Amino acid sequence: MSTSPLAIEVNNISKSYGTIMALDHVTLNVKRGEIFGLIGPDGAGKTTLFKILVTLLNADEGDARVDDLDVVKDYREIRARVGYMPGKFSLYPDLSIEENMEFFATLFGVTVEQNYDLVAPIYKQIEPFKKRRAGRLSGGMKQKLALSCALIHKPSVLFLDEPTTGVDAVSRSEFWDMLHGLKQQGLSILVSTPYMDEASRCDRIALCNSGRVLDIDTPQHMVEKFDGSLYAIKSSHMFQLLKDLRSLKTVANCYTAGEYHHLLAGDGFDAGQLVQSLTAQGHEDVELKGIVPDIEDVFIKLLSNES
Amino acid sequence: MRGFIKFVKKETLHILRDSRTMLIALLMPVVQILLFGFAISTEVNNVNVAVVVPKWSEDIRQSVNKLAANPYITYKGAIAEHDIDRFLRSGQADAIVFFAHDYDNIIQQWKTNAAGKPSMQFIMDASNTNVAQAGAGYLGNILAGELQQSANLVETHMLFNPQMKSAFNFVPGIMGMVFILICAILTSVSIVREKETGTMDVLLVSPVRPLSIILAKLVPYFALSCINLASILLLAHYMLEIPLTGNLGSIIIVSLVYLVLSLSLGLLVSTVAKTQVVALLVSAAVMLMPIVMLSGMMFPIENMPAVLQPVSAIVPARWYIEAMRKLMIQGAPFGLIMKDFIILVFMTLGLLAIALKNFKDKLQ
Repeated sequence: MSTSPLAIEVNNISKSYGTIMALDHVTLNVKRGEIFGLIGPDGAGKTTLFKILVTLLNADEGDARVDDLDVVKDYREIRARVGYMPGKFSLYPDLSIEENMEFFATLFGVTVEQNYDLVAPIYKQIEPFKKRRAGRLSGGMKQKLALSCALIHKPSVLFLDEPTTGVDAVSRSEFWDMLHGLKQQGLSILVSTPYMDEASRCDRIALCNSGRVLDIDTPQHMVEKFDGSLYAIKSSHMFQLLKDLRSLKTVANCYTAGEYHHLLAGDGFDAGQLVQSLTAQGHEDVELKGIVPDIEDVFIKLLSNES
Repeated sequence: MRGFIKFVKKETLHILRDSRTMLIALLMPVVQILLFGFAISTEVNNVNVAVVVPKWSEDIRQSVNKLAANPYITYKGAIAEHDIDRFLRSGQADAIVFFAHDYDNIIQQWKTNAAGKPSMQFIMDASNTNVAQAGAGYLGNILAGELQQSANLVETHMLFNPQMKSAFNFVPGIMGMVFILICAILTSVSIVREKETGTMDVLLVSPVRPLSIILAKLVPYFALSCINLASILLLAHYMLEIPLTGNLGSIIIVSLVYLVLSLSLGLLVSTVAKTQVVALLVSAAVMLMPIVMLSGMMFPIENMPAVLQPVSAIVPARWYIEAMRKLMIQGAPFGLIMKDFIILVFMTLGLLAIALKNFKDKLQ
């Protein structure tokens, strides 16, 4: 076993494509045996970081270690140890489930039987269809197959780049259950997702945007750290409401969040007064309530602090 | 090794499951051989001929009979002098043979003195120059053959291809083209497909050197090309009646070298191209066009502008086609194609070296 308690270390990594800065001095650590989530919208630099860590790309600046190995110097060794599931479905659509599995096992010099125990909880769900071509599987099944293929050689660190994108809600939830099962087996997992609601399924998360890490913490801490009072508000004219609230000096920030708008109180904010004045402005059925922030609120607040 | 066999199996499955591509790969050479061998030929094998005879005689009758019996001529009958123009314009005849009215006397003069007036006139429809030229040649041979023997000082022998069949010329050219198409284009597209679909990323993040996966990819295409080589040689011999008098072993050895060369070209293209479309375009523009234009497959290298002749020297197909013509048609011994063979071997090694050097196991 390795000596370092860290599965992944990223120190000050930068990478740019031409003039676009994909990663801007990113630093983060993933502990052994934890599920670490990289959370951020498209263009946050998640995929670039993955490609650097799985040794497909070299960073312009900074250094990184995976399983105590340098991503540039020891890239061959790393390639044998990690499991990588790219964001795009990257199996052979013209090969069957079984053939894909066997091919990837051979690639790593193992057999499907050897590591069957590790993949069994996932692979069992698609095994009844093992003669079916991968191209004809549903999104959820493709994802399970891709995960099985990434796991077949018993990797020490698992890299999952947006594994739940394009997958239905039920399959997504199941998928996170599977990841927790793998964590029990001692795997370290780095997973990225654009869905903020999946943050709570990670042990720790890094919120990122435009190549920068905004904050790293456990999802609970992030929410607890949130300073300021957050409200949910709605009325009969939601669009007008948003405009009106944004023009108020006592409102620090206001944005749509499904059925409600979320409102971050600013200096001199008075809830009762706000409802009154909104009603006077012609809003009907104004409903205002204090709420506990979620990760999305944290993310938006961090973003507005940045700018 | 177990892994390598498994990778070859996987590639074979890709090819077998893409039945359309496989069909094209296997049928294309057959169709091309048949097309070029039969449909697209520059030789003229049917000239419609009518005759104008002012005064029939036994000699003329014999000449006309000879004409009618020739397989390259379709005899359209005897017509009147004032119909000549109408026959040629309507296309009922490509050529008119106009016998002189004192034909018998003139022939007699020729036979005794080997000199005299012309005994007949060929009026050709030269709107199709090929037919006119070839037709005049046929008619001259058939009708004046006897006289020429006594009068002509030059004797011509058409060696190796006495019937001047154009298929003889085309088959080596088609081989030069088909192997590039199958080995280079199909291979490069199939390698680039892995990049485009993202499977290359997964392959790279594994302990296997990606190069061995790529090499495994070449094996089934090599096998496919060997099948094509066999089918082309069989068709050429049994359908187009190309003698293949040369050493069959030499033909196969040179072809195998050329197959490896084409595969290396495909590998090289795949290291440059990022998408299948680009791979296809690069292959077609950089490989197919020069082969058709510069290899001597269609246009003789000697007829090219002086600037283009050295350019043709870097087209591998030129040397292959040259060697194949010598081997298949002339039945030349291996020693005579040594130069072509050595050039091909060096080109193969060079291309392979550049392709392997260019192959990266990281993304750009």
